[in-house]
Amino acid sequence: MKARVTVTLKTGILDPQGKAIEGALRSLGIEGVASVRQGKVFDVEVETTDRTRAQSLLEQACDKLLANTVVENYRVELI
Amino acid sequence: MKAAVILFPGSNREGDVARAIRQVSGHAPAIVWHGEHALPAGTDLVVLPGGFAYGDYLRCGAIAARSPVMDAVCTHAGRGGFVLGICNGFQIACEAGLLPGVLMRNSKMHFVCRMQYLRVERNDTAYTSVYARHQVIKVAIAHGEGNYTADDETYARLEAEDRVAFRYCDAQGHVGEANPNGSASDIAGIYSEKLNVLGLMPHPENLIDSLVGGTDGRGMFQSLVKELAPLAA
Repeated sequence: MKARVTVTLKTGILDPQGKAIEGALRSLGIEGVASVRQGKVFDVEVETTDRTRAQSLLEQACDKLLANTVVENYRVELI
Repeated sequence: MKAAVILFPGSNREGDVARAIRQVSGHAPAIVWHGEHALPAGTDLVVLPGGFAYGDYLRCGAIAARSPVMDAVCTHAGRGGFVLGICNGFQIACEAGLLPGVLMRNSKMHFVCRMQYLRVERNDTAYTSVYARHQVIKVAIAHGEGNYTADDETYARLEAEDRVAFRYCDAQGHVGEANPNGSASDIAGIYSEKLNVLGLMPHPENLIDSLVGGTDGRGMFQSLVKELAPLAA
C-alpha cells in the first residue's frame, strides 16, 4: 500500500526558508502570493494492506522520526 | 575524568574537543563510534561533538539521535551521568529528548561563523564552576541552525528553574543586540533538569589556546575536571 506523509511547521513557528522563497517569487514577478510555508513530503510504501495497521505504523514513524512534534505537525494519507 | 567522544558519520569537531579534554585533564578521551551499543566502562562524561552528522538529513541531529549508541548515552544521562552536546551535539541532544526544544534555522538564514561573547548565567554547575557568575567569555560560533525554539511552557520552566546556561551578549555582557541567530531570550545553551546534560551552540573547545583566539573556553573543561577528577581518585 502507498501512503503520503506531509510534515508542516506549526502555526507561529518562524520559517525563514518559506520567507526567502516568498521573496524569490516576488522578485520573479509572480504576483499575488500572500505567503509561503515550506514543509516536507514523504512517499512511503508499506507492506501491510490493512489500513488501520498502516495508519498506526505511519503515525509511529512520524512520532519517532519523520516529524519533530515540538515544531511540526504531520498528516498521513493512505492512497 | 573518563570521557568518551561519540563519533557520528559527519562529525567534524571530535578532534577539537578531544584535544581540549586531553590538554586540560591530561587524559585522552575514548572516541566511540555511533554504531556501538555501550559506552566504555566507567565513562563519566559523554561528548556529542559538533559537525553535520548524517549531513543534517531530515532535520539536523534527527538521524544521529536515533543511532545505536544513543540508547547507552540516554541511560548514562538518566543515571545522572554528564553529557555535553556542542553545536550539532546540542541539536542531537534535543532530538534525542535529553534536552527540551529544538534548534531551528537561523532567523536571518545565514550560516554564522565568527567570535561571539556569551554570558555565563550560573557558576554552580559541573560545567561552569571556575567561571564567575555573569562572566563574559569570548568563544567561536559556527552554525546555520542555532535558533533555539520551544513552546511557551518550556521557556517558562527553563527560566523558572534557572536552566539557561549561556546567553549571547556583547563584550560588556549586555544581551539583546548581539543575538546571532534569533534564539528566544538570547539562549545559547541550556541544562537538563538535573544539570547533568548541557547543550550549547558555541564552541568552547576551540578556545583553549592563546595562539588561536583565546582561552575562554578552557574554563568549561577545567570545571568538569574539578567535578570529575575526584571520582577517578
